[in-house]
Amino acid sequence: MKQSKWNVFTNGLLRENPTLRLVLGTCPTLAVTTAAKNGVGMGIAATIVLVCSNAVISLLRNVIPEKVRIPAFITIIAGFVSVVQMLVKAFLPTIDTALGIYLPLIVVNCIILARAEMFASKNSFVPSVLDGLGMGIGFTAVLTLMGAIREFLGAGTLFSLPITAKVIDPMIIFLLPPGGFFVFGMLVAASNAIAKRRGKPIVEKMGCENCPAKDSCENAGNGCDEAKEAE
Amino acid sequence: MKTTTMIVSIILAGLLTNNMVLSKFLGICPFLGVSKKVNTAFSMSIAVTLVMIIATAVTYPIFYFLLRPDFEYLETVVFILVIAAIVQFIEIFLKKYIKPIYNALGIYLPLITTNCAVLGITMLNVTDFDVNAYSFGKLYLFSLTNALSAGLGFMLAMVLFAGIRQRLETADVPEFMKGLPITLVAAALCSLSFLGFAGIGG
Repeated sequence: MKQSKWNVFTNGLLRENPTLRLVLGTCPTLAVTTAAKNGVGMGIAATIVLVCSNAVISLLRNVIPEKVRIPAFITIIAGFVSVVQMLVKAFLPTIDTALGIYLPLIVVNCIILARAEMFASKNSFVPSVLDGLGMGIGFTAVLTLMGAIREFLGAGTLFSLPITAKVIDPMIIFLLPPGGFFVFGMLVAASNAIAKRRGKPIVEKMGCENCPAKDSCENAGNGCDEAKEAE
Repeated sequence: MKTTTMIVSIILAGLLTNNMVLSKFLGICPFLGVSKKVNTAFSMSIAVTLVMIIATAVTYPIFYFLLRPDFEYLETVVFILVIAAIVQFIEIFLKKYIKPIYNALGIYLPLITTNCAVLGITMLNVTDFDVNAYSFGKLYLFSLTNALSAGLGFMLAMVLFAGIRQRLETADVPEFMKGLPITLVAAALCSLSFLGFAGIGG
């Protein structure tokens, strides 16, 4: 399967958008998107880790033994997460407070491990970097959109600029946890409606096909094996 | 605060007000992926609770005696590696010595390494309790209680939601809402109901 470099890059933006099409990394998507600014911060932090870990893993793909590849990937990812964490703490302390423990939790964000396993461990340096960049930008875009929707409805502002805050009482529920689930559900539904109109398959399941822990999940006899049959 | 009041408020927070899944968004993958049947959800939660407690028991002393105060930046790397090793070890131990438990819970263990709820709780233990205000013994007790109550809160959310999803299977919803979107909306309502507990336990 040879893809052109442009295709590899744009893959993560729409066709295989990590959040809306692959449904990976739902925890940070729901947790940090209480404001558009936080979405951008989380997205950029994850993108940096994704690009760096994809780059290193693609370079080491022939060196890392098959059996210990997952622990090796996790160690590499954790290293980059620590670097990003220190940088954010030093230069963007407000973002650091807003993201809280979700910043170090990028380590267990399945998008990053999934791209390491599915792409970087099988491809050379340049495509892996482009894949990381495309996926990262796709992730950032959805996080920003979701943050903007929740901030607009829940606080009446956009990137902290007041829009309707003084005219209409904002619906604070959108800033609270239920709002996160609800807005994300609506975004997936909207992306499904668009996909359907274009004749693409709609997303009904969690991103099990792309989950690094897919095999054990299938043994657990849950929704994942049905997703596989559907394919 | 007195130790006993502190413990009661930790338990109430973990179960209801600061529920791992419904208000902290940790462990969403198993919450949406493994919650199709009540008994699967129950076994998965038991495995998660077990790993949370053991992971806390190991990582907290590491943080307190080795990483603090000079090497706190190593927290992320050390914690995830320790958790990965612990999960592997538990799996081998159960397989060799306690076969019935392995047969019931073994399949969930590999899923748990990359479960953000487990790494999340070990990190929250570090940020939630003021290291300078209590002795190590108390901090350790609080952390373990926190892990237990977070695990039980995870179980409560999982089992409740599995029950809702079994009903959802037969509901007639618009085609583009089928599956994941309607599940997320149901989760929103579930989380909304948990907001009603706000304020309990201080």
